[in-house]
Amino acid sequence: MARGAVNKALAARLAALEEERDARVLVEEAVDVTLPYDRVPAGARHPLTTLMERVADVFVAMGYEVAEGPEVEAEWFNFDALNFVPDHPARQMQDTFFVQGADGARNDESGVVLRTHTSPVQARALLDREPPVYVVCPGRVYRTDELDATHTPVFHQIELLAVDEGLTMADLKGTLDHMVQALFGEGMKTRLRPNYFPFTEPSAEMDMVCYVCRGESVGNPDRPCRTCGSEGWIELGGCGMVNPKVLTACGVDPAKYSGFAFGFGIERMLMFRHNVEDMRDMVEGDVRFTRPFGMEI
Amino acid sequence: MRVPLSWLREYVDLPASETGRDVQAKLVSAGLEVERVEQLGAGLKGPLVVGKVLTIEELTEFKKPIRFCTVDVGTANGTGEPQEIVCGARNFAVGDKVVVVLPGAVLPGDFAIAARKTYGKTSHGMICSGDELGMGDDGSNGIIVLPPEYEPGTDAIELLELVDEVLDIAVTPDRGYCLSMRGVAREVATAYGLPLRDPALLDVPAPNSYGYLVKVDDPRGCDRFTARTVVGLQPEARSPIWLRRRLQKAGMRPISLAVDVTNYVMLELGQPLHAYDRSRIDGPIGVRRAEQGEKFTTLDGTKRVLDAEDLVITDNRGPIGLAGVMGGANTEIADSETDPETGAVTGTTEVVIEAAHFDALSVARTARRHKLSSEASRRFERGTDPEAASAAAQRTVDLLVLLAGGTAEAGVTEVIAPSAPRTVSMPANHPDRVAGVDYGRETVVRRLQEVGCDVYGQDELVVTVPSWRPDLAFPNDLAEEVIRLEGYENLPSTLPTPPSGRGLTDRQRLHRRIGRALAGAGYVEALNYPFIGETVLDQLGLDADDARRRTVKLVNPISDEEPALRTTMLPGLLGALRRNDGRGSHDLALFETGLVFRPTGEEHKAARLPVDRRPTDEEIAGLNATLPRQPHRAAVILAGAASRPAGGARAVRAPGRTPSRPLACSPARPRRADRARRPARAVAPRPLRRAVRDGERRGGPRRTRR
Repeated sequence: MARGAVNKALAARLAALEEERDARVLVEEAVDVTLPYDRVPAGARHPLTTLMERVADVFVAMGYEVAEGPEVEAEWFNFDALNFVPDHPARQMQDTFFVQGADGARNDESGVVLRTHTSPVQARALLDREPPVYVVCPGRVYRTDELDATHTPVFHQIELLAVDEGLTMADLKGTLDHMVQALFGEGMKTRLRPNYFPFTEPSAEMDMVCYVCRGESVGNPDRPCRTCGSEGWIELGGCGMVNPKVLTACGVDPAKYSGFAFGFGIERMLMFRHNVEDMRDMVEGDVRFTRPFGMEI
Repeated sequence: MRVPLSWLREYVDLPASETGRDVQAKLVSAGLEVERVEQLGAGLKGPLVVGKVLTIEELTEFKKPIRFCTVDVGTANGTGEPQEIVCGARNFAVGDKVVVVLPGAVLPGDFAIAARKTYGKTSHGMICSGDELGMGDDGSNGIIVLPPEYEPGTDAIELLELVDEVLDIAVTPDRGYCLSMRGVAREVATAYGLPLRDPALLDVPAPNSYGYLVKVDDPRGCDRFTARTVVGLQPEARSPIWLRRRLQKAGMRPISLAVDVTNYVMLELGQPLHAYDRSRIDGPIGVRRAEQGEKFTTLDGTKRVLDAEDLVITDNRGPIGLAGVMGGANTEIADSETDPETGAVTGTTEVVIEAAHFDALSVARTARRHKLSSEASRRFERGTDPEAASAAAQRTVDLLVLLAGGTAEAGVTEVIAPSAPRTVSMPANHPDRVAGVDYGRETVVRRLQEVGCDVYGQDELVVTVPSWRPDLAFPNDLAEEVIRLEGYENLPSTLPTPPSGRGLTDRQRLHRRIGRALAGAGYVEALNYPFIGETVLDQLGLDADDARRRTVKLVNPISDEEPALRTTMLPGLLGALRRNDGRGSHDLALFETGLVFRPTGEEHKAARLPVDRRPTDEEIAGLNATLPRQPHRAAVILAGAASRPAGGARAVRAPGRTPSRPLACSPARPRRADRARRPARAVAPRPLRRAVRDGERRGGPRRTRR
């Protein structure tokens, strides 16, 4: 008895709900056949690729060439030619992947490494060309860091090298200023702080004005800046005047020529230029990360 | 290097108003990387005073033993009455002087102190440990017991120098001298234009023939060895508070007076020192290279097998120290021990102090070979000031005499290999030419003198560089000193124009075009790690003799599962496909361009070419021949439906698959937690693999499913 009543009520309710749903579906899922549609989903290039090309193009437009080199590199190019003396503490500053020798022995004596920076391309560029040399070297580099939010063992750098008669540190500064203006807009500028790199002397750390707050967040707790942590400056990378020892090792007469160089990480720039908070997003290949960047950035 | 501001002020009369942040800004601009300024005792508020323990009542009814104490705190509590305090620590006795925090005070970490009921008693304050006061490790694992001479009620904030600022400086490899107070003080003095009180300017007695006998067999590895002897040390003497506090602030742990003093002098002057227990040295001290396979136990208790290149300090028995790295257990200073019955204190009473200068490369190699980096080796590797060695030995002697009641023996040993002062010749306008600024000769000379150089000459300068700056060896090194002291921030900005360029090469344009064409055709680029393992080559079904099975292997891969470099792009792309699929994107078209690494089988050991000239073309070709072939490849991978029907909302699906969210409204960055929940799929679907392999075999991407 009771069971019959319940079943009946259930059937009635079910019918009502189904009717309601059908009515809704007819409205909501109506297809407007006049709308254009995209049969092939949009593709995208990786933002690291497009950013690297964009930086390179700033200099290509000025007359620089793009130089490239191998990723598995001889230690002589990666270290020695760049004035990293064997056993000098500077050589330990970069955590290096060593390549096994052909005999398969597990030793780090093969003299071959995964390049730890794009700077060996500097040495190759100087050996390949007669000065004046104006090149940019974008590329992939390797260090033995574990992957986390701010480190990855495989990352990208772009390096610039200019060797000519009479180049000065003021020229280095001007070139940096030009680059940040081209990438981040009018009125941008850079700051140099003394530092140490074996392959440049004098050497400097380069910062750019925070392109978001333009330094206005400094000492202004009401307007904190997330991009620069209210420091007013963003750390870009390293730079300096090419160490004359590097010129000598690459067959350029340091009495006649001088040069400047700088390099920085593309991942870091992508992080602060596009508010990417986690470096893992750049290496995992998730299409939901890459697709919104499209073809150009 | 951690530099307490209060200690720094001993060498430079900084204006009292200068804060740690001010000094940081000056030093950063002068080229020292001051990573942060630590505020010691921030938020600390008294009363924090010396107390004398009057009575201790042991409370035993609780889970752990608790003490109910009365403590004389003088008049600091306003009444002069003994203060009643409950304490859980046990390392003190009646009559000990301790540090007491009274109600109303605030300890670091916003820890407000008030009278409160605990363990059935009311505790009016607290007896403090070093940790609670933010003092760092004092090795006591308990509350602080002060030397007996302090009066109850004395302000302990001042006594223990609890409020201070510490500059934390990341010293670059070229500036070894800044691993000392002396070096940092010199930079501060220059930055502020103030005079420096150089702590290395000490009266040092001339060397004589009756000091401890030292024989240096390897003057290249050790060009200077100073030995001094102090006798009559009181084993019960402890390091005074100021000494302990300075060590703690600099990040070192106080150990025993003799060790603390050598550490203190090292921090002050940058000269590593070693103290040997004289009663445990057998005969004259020697310096030589080790014999291959010789065995030796360092004072960290590790047995080490020495290499013929290791420089060692020896006595008649054999090694007593790994030169410049670590001393030996066999001559270590004995910890003071108190006989529980008689109260007599025994310990080291005679020490021989070593202040030497060791070859930087030799120390660096030894430290790396034995994976043993010490405060001493860090300094020697970067170059110490050989001229400061005798002053450092003198300073150590002075402190041991003053603090441990010792007597300095008159013998002074100095073994010195002759060396000339180092000079660098440079045109006076070289810094101007490097910077692109007209500094003028006068400025250049003045700045170099501030660095510590002696400068002679007019247009061509002859510069004698200071003994603590082994990094100054070439004109550009001197130019950097001038330019940094004049301020990098004052450099002008000029833009050089390269000769008209050739633009991108055809090849470079082609590479870009391929990327753009693929993305335009709906593929999404993935940049995958090139690390692979053997198993993935099996999974790809490669034949046993397939050339792609010959890989370049790493000595120290990130993961032992993936020790090789890719010979095909597929493993990386399959991984990216799997991750995307696991996260709910099923209709996928991915591409990657990049290098693959194919051994030639001809690789031999890469030569170490010289760097003092251009290598010949043959030498360069030889070096290149040691590298694998690294051709550029493009590859694509596809899965799921190729297109979406009209309306764009839902894809046509194979039965049994759950529809994903429409791609267009996917968030740009999925939340991380979201990803973790989705398990990755193990293997890509079969048809897909075939499609991709076809693509690659034909030497390029094909739109096989479009």
